[in-house]
Amino acid sequence: MIMSTKTYAPLDGNEAVARVAYQLNEVIAIYPITPASPMGEWADAWMSEGRPNLWGTVPSVVEMQAEGGAAGTLHGSLQTGSLTTTFTASQGLLLMIPNLYKIAGELTPCVIHVAARSLAAQGLSIFGDHSDVTSARATGFAFLCSASVQEAQDLALIAHSATLESRIPFIHFFDGFRTSHEIQKIELLEDSVLRAMINDERVFEHRSRALTPDRPVLRGTAQNPDVYFQARESVNPFYAQCADAVQEAMDKFGELTGRNYQLFEYHGAPDAERVVVLMGSGCETVHETVDYLVAQGEKVGVLKVRLYRPFAGIKFIEALPETVKAIAVLDRTKEPGSAGEPLYQDVLTVVQEALFSGDGSLKAKVQNISTIVGGRYGLSSKEFNPAMVKSVFDNLTQAQPKNHFTVGINDDVTQTSLVYDPNFNTEPDSVVRAMFYGLGSDGTVGANKNSIKIIGDETENYCQGYFVYDSKKSGAVTVSHLRFGPDPIRSTYLISQANFVGCHQWLFLEKLDVLKAASPGATFLLNTPFEVNEVWNNLPLEVQEQIVRKGLKVYVINANKVARDNGMGSRINTVMQTCFFALAGVLSKEEAIAQIKKAIQKTYGKKGKQIVEMNLKAVDNTLDNLFELPIGDVTSTFRRLPAMPDNAPDFVRDVEGKMLIKEGDELPVSVLPCDGTYPTGTSKWEKRNVAQFIPTWDPDVCVQCGKCIMVCPHAVIRGKVYDEGQLANAPATFKSTAVRDKDFSGQKFTIQVAPEDCTGCGICVDVCPAKNKSQPSLKALNMEEQLPLRETERTNWDYFLNLPNPNRTTLKLNQIKQQQLQEPLFEFSGACAGCGETPYLKLVSQLFGDRMVIANATGCSSIYGGNLPTTPWAQNADGRGPAWSNSLFEDNAEFGMGFRVSIDKQAQFATELLTKLAGTVGDNLVQEILNNHQTSEADIWDQRERVAQLKASLQNVDSPEAKQLLSLADYLVKKSVWIIGGDGWAYDIGYGGLDHVLASGRNLNVLVMDTEVYSNTGGQSSKATPRGAVAKFAAGGKPSAKKDLGLIAMTYGNIYVASVAMGARDEHTLRVFMEAEAYDGPSLIIAYSHCIAHGINMQTAMSHQKDIVESGRWLLYRYNPELAQQGKNPLQLDSRAPKKAVKDSMYNENRFKMLTKTKPEEAKRLLEEAQQDINLRWQMYEYLAARQTGNGQIKTEE
Amino acid sequence: MDLTTTYLGLNLKSPLVPSAAAPLTENLDNIKLMEDSGAAAVILHSIFEEQLEKEQYELHHHLTYGTETFAEALTYFPEPETFHVGPELYLEHIRSCKESVNIPIIASLNGNNIGGWTHFSKLIQEAGADALELNIYDIPTDMHTTGAQIEQNYLDILTAVKAEVSIPVALKLSPFFSNMAYMAKRFSDAGADGLVLFNRFYQPDIDIDELVVRPNILLSTPQAMRLPMRWIAILYGRIESDLASTSGIQHGKDALKMLMAGASITQICSVLLRHGIPYIRTLEQEMVHWMEENEYESVKQMQGSMSQIKCPNESAFERVQYMQGIQSYHPDSFTFAP
Repeated sequence: MIMSTKTYAPLDGNEAVARVAYQLNEVIAIYPITPASPMGEWADAWMSEGRPNLWGTVPSVVEMQAEGGAAGTLHGSLQTGSLTTTFTASQGLLLMIPNLYKIAGELTPCVIHVAARSLAAQGLSIFGDHSDVTSARATGFAFLCSASVQEAQDLALIAHSATLESRIPFIHFFDGFRTSHEIQKIELLEDSVLRAMINDERVFEHRSRALTPDRPVLRGTAQNPDVYFQARESVNPFYAQCADAVQEAMDKFGELTGRNYQLFEYHGAPDAERVVVLMGSGCETVHETVDYLVAQGEKVGVLKVRLYRPFAGIKFIEALPETVKAIAVLDRTKEPGSAGEPLYQDVLTVVQEALFSGDGSLKAKVQNISTIVGGRYGLSSKEFNPAMVKSVFDNLTQAQPKNHFTVGINDDVTQTSLVYDPNFNTEPDSVVRAMFYGLGSDGTVGANKNSIKIIGDETENYCQGYFVYDSKKSGAVTVSHLRFGPDPIRSTYLISQANFVGCHQWLFLEKLDVLKAASPGATFLLNTPFEVNEVWNNLPLEVQEQIVRKGLKVYVINANKVARDNGMGSRINTVMQTCFFALAGVLSKEEAIAQIKKAIQKTYGKKGKQIVEMNLKAVDNTLDNLFELPIGDVTSTFRRLPAMPDNAPDFVRDVEGKMLIKEGDELPVSVLPCDGTYPTGTSKWEKRNVAQFIPTWDPDVCVQCGKCIMVCPHAVIRGKVYDEGQLANAPATFKSTAVRDKDFSGQKFTIQVAPEDCTGCGICVDVCPAKNKSQPSLKALNMEEQLPLRETERTNWDYFLNLPNPNRTTLKLNQIKQQQLQEPLFEFSGACAGCGETPYLKLVSQLFGDRMVIANATGCSSIYGGNLPTTPWAQNADGRGPAWSNSLFEDNAEFGMGFRVSIDKQAQFATELLTKLAGTVGDNLVQEILNNHQTSEADIWDQRERVAQLKASLQNVDSPEAKQLLSLADYLVKKSVWIIGGDGWAYDIGYGGLDHVLASGRNLNVLVMDTEVYSNTGGQSSKATPRGAVAKFAAGGKPSAKKDLGLIAMTYGNIYVASVAMGARDEHTLRVFMEAEAYDGPSLIIAYSHCIAHGINMQTAMSHQKDIVESGRWLLYRYNPELAQQGKNPLQLDSRAPKKAVKDSMYNENRFKMLTKTKPEEAKRLLEEAQQDINLRWQMYEYLAARQTGNGQIKTEE
Repeated sequence: MDLTTTYLGLNLKSPLVPSAAAPLTENLDNIKLMEDSGAAAVILHSIFEEQLEKEQYELHHHLTYGTETFAEALTYFPEPETFHVGPELYLEHIRSCKESVNIPIIASLNGNNIGGWTHFSKLIQEAGADALELNIYDIPTDMHTTGAQIEQNYLDILTAVKAEVSIPVALKLSPFFSNMAYMAKRFSDAGADGLVLFNRFYQPDIDIDELVVRPNILLSTPQAMRLPMRWIAILYGRIESDLASTSGIQHGKDALKMLMAGASITQICSVLLRHGIPYIRTLEQEMVHWMEENEYESVKQMQGSMSQIKCPNESAFERVQYMQGIQSYHPDSFTFAP
């Protein structure tokens, strides 16, 4: 063993792996995908800091346009001799598969690190299971699996060592989120260990095989039937030796570190009769459960699979105890239609082979085995706890154990699930188990990560932190699970018996059962807005009951006040952290305070003295405000609110409502749609009440321009025009005024806010142009506290919804004030407060929602649009509305193209049938239908009426053609196909497909919501990222200019291309959307979308768009091919020449500004280049827009 | 022509010194151009205590806003090991300037309350600045703060900074003291090596169309030099501190007036923003031309010649003159300046 001081640190799996991978590679090809993105982010950040690898050179980290691209670069870099890696997960790994075959086929050493994640099937999931890695198991890569953060670090190194020794490329994988994001205190690897594990001779051999003109060879041949087969078999010796190479690396590693690993590692009773076989983080839970059961005298054990491919059958058999009689193989994946899941099949195969083998000792090892069953567990990070493990062992004691079972769910359809006792608990009392409920915005998770670091660094305790997040991006609830204890923590499952519960937001008490997991006698820390003597009487009945029944000790603090008073705003993290340490007893109070202060210095020191002092002050002022709550009698007269109102549809209330209150785990299989189809119009039932302040309307000041309605990202501000008579039964506080628009003279006008759906972003107030003449600090909309308004405005909102919607056929849609009276069919999304994308989606839903079908690329819009439980895509009173689907990230344009081709086909067939059936349904009707070009809203409505007539008359016709037409008749009404996504999709991963689809000439509409960064995965650079912006994967500032997607599209000549920025010119945006949809061909709208990832003031983000356009950073233009057909220049530049320095707009955004704080010289250089980019781009567009178009005739010399 | 002068113990080749203004002095190339155009020294733009604090808060806010909320996007920015959130960049700028030019570099430090930031002055000295201009930028609006408290605050800051450094310290002042002469004396006694008269405070405008207050910064006009010129003239010879003028210098003759009033140097800013940095040479030529025509030999010869203690009509600088001016005003005789 190398003797050195052991260094421990709390890290998550991604960081632990990235540290090793960075050290051992020269080239790293990256692309963002959850949950693997942080590995790439670490690598990029370290490169930008100039951190060298093991050999003293700084690795080249390159971001690619897709995982397919990353795999290609990986392959190429390996082929030319560099040690190369990549990081990925899920669909990303699938995109790499073609290259994986190549890399393995060419016996190329490399290691890919995978944070294993579910694959999108009936729905996408970002969470962990082995669907991805098992899908790649046939590629020829070796697969090494880590079960914990410590292992992830260690096996990363072992994989790198073994690949060089064996020439077999490796996928090193560990469970997404459970390991990739779990924080554990681990023993760090010294450089000397890495040095000793990597044989430079093997590195030189790898280099010597490189493609180089100095030693030219040919690789990548096309082979024929005569030799391909034999050549494929030529690699067998390498695979035969691979397992030994891995074990040798493991043995060497054991000598160096004292941590010993086996290919198949058995743990449990030496005389075990029942053994569970599995791989990944679940091994830790089974390990813990086995210890518990063995202590109780049970003969059980666990066989942990570390080397999954090549599957070393003999080693597997050798690892089993001879006493084993029954085996349960657990797969964290599902292969519908298979004979069994892959690991189960492997085990069956090797046991059977052992029985058939001529090797007596092998035979003897398995002769007692009478049962091998397989089961599925933990898909999409589904909880897998000791209770479930016990049920798996119990199943093996049955005379007829259930096979192909599931555990952890209630499968009431095909009865596959094992029953388990949820009260079974193996956790020792020595472990401090703390749960914290927080809001994303209050800093709870950050504080908990900090606490883990303090305890991990400053005490002998082991620690573990795991964090459960929300499906919403605004008002999101976070639940932190922290464990501390004297022994290594193997509990890879959520806490169900907490001895400390922190509720950091009072409002959770009325929504969630925060004390469900509190164990008897636990400490409950509550952040309350009330005085201590008022707290008890304001607790819901369920909370009072649990406090009394479980004998909880309750402590309260008005953390918001303490935070506010100390300049921390709504971030109560430091205050609550101080309370936790004061109460939890992990450290003495004085020691804890000292350590928190030290941690503050460490965490915030680099951000400046002010930040440190602000936090230190908060610590000092906390404990005087922390009080123990006297426990009263259970007297409360109110209960927790229902998740959904009683009048919500059954499915919404009973199924989606459960998901909402974090009880979705309890839903049985039978209640879930079997094909991934869910109802729309469901977000309206979810009253989130996340805003502290909401806008209120002043009718006397309002100019009724409709701008507030247009920009509202959450469709919570709406306007209606109606007859005065409608006010007869209006609530007393319902506001109304005379309409100003002469087209509606004599009628009334109301702007109404949905108080419980508003996120309080304040964008409406910012754009409101109407100021109170006596007090210009007030506008027609002003923010006021939500709570006092909640009841009255809820009543007003309900009343408002029942007022009639306008007649769509008579609205002047070119005027925002009238167009914005259209009902939005995209409402109350879970997007970030102040989102820059959603106003565009709402607009498109208002204009075309009742006849649109949407292909939505994976990204923010697919998450706030389609992440369960509810969706913002809505329906109108007729039951019409956008039909929406998400296929993948990379194929969205093609997916939408499929919609178009299919719909056109159906419409064409309907037209053919209609013509044939003219005699039957009436020639006049047929002609009217066929001759209606449907170019206006009125035409569409006429067409719908005629089609209704047609369908009515077809009902009575008994012919095959009539039946066909009846099923297709609705396609005679124009359908609007929209292909929607972000810049990551359009500029990068989906660009090839987008290009092809745009070139098709088909009538489809592409909306690119350009946030200039991969927003959904946390702000990685895309080709839309402007020069000089700091983003993940561009930590040193994006060195190149933004791609001009619009200009590329214009080169086709027949594509309508427009660039808009709603905040800069809303009427331009409206015009573009109408023109694009009307254009009978492909259209591309590139819409500037501000984003939380820009580091801007979200409240003024729309008006900031004006600065961006005025500086020329974003151009407004339209390229309309119809103008070219009229002999005009198709390009119209709709914004003026830049009049502001780009610096003045850029440095209002942290993404640019922060580079001046990290790399000031680089910032200066990039700023100058960015200004030059903008100047040159403007000059080019000015030239293009001004040029005289030719007539297509070229004069030739006589 | 001998244009040399001394200011804060620095021997300068002329009294023309570009004053603290970020657009002029942020860029190293500009500093070099100033030297080439005849600037005798450069006063760098100010490092603002308030701005540094604001930037720290902003950076912290944006690096934490929206984080740890959504499983796919736990943060939105990379977080490097170090941020230059303190005065480092400014100090680096001082170092670069010192390496690039031979003329003295006077740094400028701006704050309005005693605090840790006064320590920056030491760092500024260590970075190589030849002197420090301390700009106490305060517009008191608190109705509970007395004039005496404000005056003491100024003195406390000056004392704190003087305690940190050995390089000369000039104090840039506002004219809004009850008794400017008394305060000038106190600052001088407290160790101010120079007084810079006067700071031009931000005076916003009202936009009646948009109903907003606009931070509309105006370049100084020739009228702006009257106030500092009077006070320089009054103070000259009565206090130990050197006097520097700032505001309103548009022509060589303006500079000459200031020198005659008693200024050691004349700081120039608006004129350079209007005409460009090389205009320093024009100002210098205008001065030389006038001095030659009027047979002056040196700047020193004229410095303070028209101060209150030396000028022929000393009461002209006092209030009574204003009264006489008003009383002798007749609308018919008033003409607009061209």
